[in-house]
Amino acid sequence: MKDTPLSNCERDFLLKAIEEKKRLDGRQTYDYRKMKITFGTDYGCCFVDLGKTRVMAQVSGELVAPKENRPNEGIMFFNIELSPMASPAFEQGRQSELSVKLNRQLERCLRNSKCIDTESLCVVSGEKVWQIRVDVHMLNHDGNLMDAASIAAITALCHFKRPDVGIQGDEVTVYSPEERDPIPLSIYHMPISVSFSFFQQGTYLLVDPCEREERVMDGLLMIAMNKHREICSIQSSGGIMLLKEQVMRCSKIASVKVSEITELISKALENDKRARKAGGRCGFAESMPQERITALKTDETSVEMTDASERANDIVENAEVPPQTVPSPVVPAPGVGQEMWLRYLTVKRRKWSFFIQKHRTNLLKMQHPVPTRRGQKRQNKDRKNESKNSLNCI
Amino acid sequence: MMEVCGSTNVSLREFGCEQTLLSRPDGSASFVQGDTSVIAAVYGPAEVKVSKEIYDRATLEVLIQPKVGLPSVRERSQEQCVRETCEASLLLTLHPRSSLTLVLQLIHDDGSRLACFLNAACMALMDAGLPMSCLFCGVTCAINADSDIITDPTAAQEKESRALMTFAIDSKEQRVMMSYTKGSFSVHELQQCIAVSQKASENIFQFYRDSVRRRYSKNL
Repeated sequence: MKDTPLSNCERDFLLKAIEEKKRLDGRQTYDYRKMKITFGTDYGCCFVDLGKTRVMAQVSGELVAPKENRPNEGIMFFNIELSPMASPAFEQGRQSELSVKLNRQLERCLRNSKCIDTESLCVVSGEKVWQIRVDVHMLNHDGNLMDAASIAAITALCHFKRPDVGIQGDEVTVYSPEERDPIPLSIYHMPISVSFSFFQQGTYLLVDPCEREERVMDGLLMIAMNKHREICSIQSSGGIMLLKEQVMRCSKIASVKVSEITELISKALENDKRARKAGGRCGFAESMPQERITALKTDETSVEMTDASERANDIVENAEVPPQTVPSPVVPAPGVGQEMWLRYLTVKRRKWSFFIQKHRTNLLKMQHPVPTRRGQKRQNKDRKNESKNSLNCI
Repeated sequence: MMEVCGSTNVSLREFGCEQTLLSRPDGSASFVQGDTSVIAAVYGPAEVKVSKEIYDRATLEVLIQPKVGLPSVRERSQEQCVRETCEASLLLTLHPRSSLTLVLQLIHDDGSRLACFLNAACMALMDAGLPMSCLFCGVTCAINADSDIITDPTAAQEKESRALMTFAIDSKEQRVMMSYTKGSFSVHELQQCIAVSQKASENIFQFYRDSVRRRYSKNL
């Protein structure tokens, strides 16, 4: 499916509005859209809504053999899925350029910054380590997928709790969540990426572009930072030439934004922890808004079963008896090729030579495919029809 | 004939639905059954690739995305079940040479996956405004070791069950559109489960009506 192309008048309107410091949704230049972070039922599931952009991240862990050159460290695996749900332009299965770019940026942001202590994921050195897998699914694409994905990924990692493991000699026991409380991952810092879009060859800058703004932008600068004002990764794409002052200004803006976002994440994690401790049900079902007219929820309903069993009984009693199944559907008629085949099968137990003797003439008439050399046509073309007739009489 | 001691108090877990939760797709819905939740999105009728176009009807494509990892054979077989149900109820001949794409994302699996997929698909198709000849819903029945019939089982109940069946029931005559079964059971038990599913589908259809009535209660 193709995405609808952007019309020229839309493009001109957006660029002109940006020149006058106006944005489509009324935000200021450095404003983020409204962000909402919710969690799923199991540990490690997180939903991030950045305006209308929706992203879901799920963290899971399993025990695997470690990499050969790093026997003491666990393995982190990141995967961003551009689901066809998010945009008509995304196709299932195909690794598009955007998908490769987002995956690589997330890896650089989280893996290369060493925000997770991978040595604590080791269970038995050289044999068993935890492989932590982060799957980020895009649910709705309304711009700035990278920021939403990085927030979702790091929040899900903070939320995730892996099963407890006990080692006795050579035996490794993995305890289920009911037996022993699961353990959270040890996370040093939370890198969060902030995206800046540039217009008119770097003259105008916008933070957190929406989908329309992304379509008309010239270039994108992505800065990943943590709240301690350490830059984890910088990426500039689109071929715009930025001055040093611009990059410094962007990093200052990013540090302010990152501290706000980190506080929002910590608050959301706290709320979730409190809700789980209080014993309430948490999850996607609970976070569904009740007061909207587009949402409805019912309680547990019971189903009347009384005349269901009677109806079932009637159906079974009045059903037709299934037809008798015939053991062998093929009845060999004399003088047909099948009979020959059956005879051959019986003969296999007796003497093979006697069979050849008896049916010599017929067997001679059958065609053997002559292996042809390249360029030479088959010699027995005119004898084709003759053999068909002979097979019939066999 | 085997005696099935069916208890008279089977129940469906609480369910909830939200429509139009995503801005990009033409129709979207989330369906929640107990803890099992699914988001469905529909795009269509839209442009179709020449290799996939059918001259007199729309091409329906169903994609099921699991939560962790890439889609496997299990997802493919569930996609086929959902696609055949949708094709039977959608009026595809009204949009020849177009494509309809239905994407289902599993949010949390606590049993009755396929039924939840079917319900979410129907709500998303309704939200997109695609013409349908009938609505459909999915009901899962499990037969446990004591030969009791449980509707809408949780994951724990599914694991202990002897047989697991999912039926897609249509709204006009409560007939079975699709069935997907696992495990061994007798003919009598099958008919019992179908009858129970037909009864349970009435609750689900009433829920559809209520949620659509609520949705259009305000004149915009």
